[in-house]
Amino acid sequence: MANREGSWAAYRTILRSRVRAQAGYRVSFATDLFATLFAGLAELTEVYVIFHNTPRLGGLDFTAALLVFALANLTFAAADLLVGHCDRLPTYIREGKLDVFYLRPLSLLGQLMTSEVSLRRLGRISVAVVVLAIALIRGGVQPTAATIGMLALAITFGTAIMAALFVAVAGLQFWLLDGREFANVFTYGGAYAAQQSSLVFPDPVRIFFTFVVPAAFTAYLPTLVILGLPGGDAASPSMAWWLPVAAAWVWGVALLAWGRGVRHYQGAGG
Amino acid sequence: MTTGRAFRPTAGRPDDGSAAAAHGDADSDAHSDAVISVERLTRVFRRRGDTDLAAVDAMTFSVGRGEAVGYIGANGAGKSTTIKMLTGILAPTSGTARTCGLDPMRGRRELARRIGVVFGQRSQLWWDLPLGESFDILAAIHRLEPRRAATRVGQLIELLDLGPTLAQPVRSLSLGQRMRAEVAAALLHEPELIILDEPTIGLDVLSKARLREFLIAQRREHGTTLLLTTHDMGDIERLCDRVLVVDHGRLAFDGTLSGLAGTVGAQRVLIVDLDRPTDALHGIPHTRWLGAEGEGVRQRLAFDAADTTAAAVLAAVAERATLRDLSIEEPDIEDVVRRIYSAPPGGITG
Repeated sequence: MANREGSWAAYRTILRSRVRAQAGYRVSFATDLFATLFAGLAELTEVYVIFHNTPRLGGLDFTAALLVFALANLTFAAADLLVGHCDRLPTYIREGKLDVFYLRPLSLLGQLMTSEVSLRRLGRISVAVVVLAIALIRGGVQPTAATIGMLALAITFGTAIMAALFVAVAGLQFWLLDGREFANVFTYGGAYAAQQSSLVFPDPVRIFFTFVVPAAFTAYLPTLVILGLPGGDAASPSMAWWLPVAAAWVWGVALLAWGRGVRHYQGAGG
Repeated sequence: MTTGRAFRPTAGRPDDGSAAAAHGDADSDAHSDAVISVERLTRVFRRRGDTDLAAVDAMTFSVGRGEAVGYIGANGAGKSTTIKMLTGILAPTSGTARTCGLDPMRGRRELARRIGVVFGQRSQLWWDLPLGESFDILAAIHRLEPRRAATRVGQLIELLDLGPTLAQPVRSLSLGQRMRAEVAAALLHEPELIILDEPTIGLDVLSKARLREFLIAQRREHGTTLLLTTHDMGDIERLCDRVLVVDHGRLAFDGTLSGLAGTVGAQRVLIVDLDRPTDALHGIPHTRWLGAEGEGVRQRLAFDAADTTAAAVLAAVAERATLRDLSIEEPDIEDVVRRIYSAPPGGITG
């Protein structure tokens, strides 16, 4: 236990230093923050345009679509803030930064995850939080145990699912040193899928983004519970309560990919 | 010119009485005293569409506690691959490596607390933070007790003259300042083994000298074991009392530097500038006159470090002429190493 506490203290020190480093470049930080805020607003406009032309899409009305948008953006941006730099692994390998991680008495993944915090993502997170509030008010959501509990589950485990995608991708990148584009399929692809109603997808895609890359768990399924919507094929509201299981599954796969990736890098087979 | 030899008994050579230590077998006493023990260590890289490359090929050696060993060889000879296997970054294809008595792969984190590594080409500092903060973070990573960390940082700052740079962001440090900072960072947790990979590359004469003095003092005071790869003969001469030469992944030589230079006939060259044209300086003891320029104002004398010292040669020159300036050309490591391979097989030992 003492061991683990010591590691946490080290990671906290590293993270604090990362925050300080970004605070040191105010203009650049403000520009980045504005850029992510703007990107978030642009995507919100897209949702607005779609629902300006059609009242319902994939079983969702505008309010429900806003809630899906808010949860998907919030969880993805939070994961991106915390561990989004994991997809920079190939750069770290090229610059020898990964070798330096090996020389410190901390876990490699822990060091990779704490090697940066992208505070500029707060721009996108703030858009998501405002949209979340608007959606909850428009939907007339009552603060019951079910809605509050589901909201908490969706935010924490949804972020965990998105974070696991980044870690899984980092593991894959030990093989695909120039595979950032391919890797983006899982992270940004997952995030994009999370923003949609599962019902807009054909069956194989819906099943893929529910049970393989469980993107549907981060926003769509919780929205069904919070707004009391019926859902549809392979997308019933009760499934949303399995969020922790979905997160555990995707983390299991992510850690496996990471472990195999490290062994590959060290040339220990696998 | 062989500073540091006095610190350690000449142990652990394959050709002396402690062969067991060198091969790391059976004798547990010898084994536990070896800080590095490598046995038939091999690393093969698979190359697509090409034959496999044995970057390290059945290498066996050991380094005893307190030794200072220069690990030299041409680029691509297998030095970095060996170091990566010693520090747990790379897995051996076959054979074993033990560092500080640990399996470097399995015991990586424990090992990281006990060794300090400086890679000349890669930084362990945080480039966007003031240097002082890098030390704070490393102290937290190594879980140094705050008072002990403060004392240690204070010592290192003073010895490596880093005081004026503490508040500067690392990215704005000069190369010399950065290298000294890297060394401080690697020594913060008082490791028992320091591995330095090209620590003086690109440094000016003064920075090199400072860094070497510091390493010599560390070794004298703490009995730290040193393993050093370098292309700089000066590093080896000032810091190491034993040299391992690696070529194509194999150990080609294990012995003293003078043994190495003597065997392959590598000599140092003293260049003297005199105050007036002077006759050729023939007959200076243990030197060979190589030539003169400017009617004898500048003259070149070759000598073997095993036979005499630069100081003795200078004194002899000063008896015959007035010196204005001087410089010494060191035997080039690449050249020394090349000569080893052109020597008859098996003909060279320390």
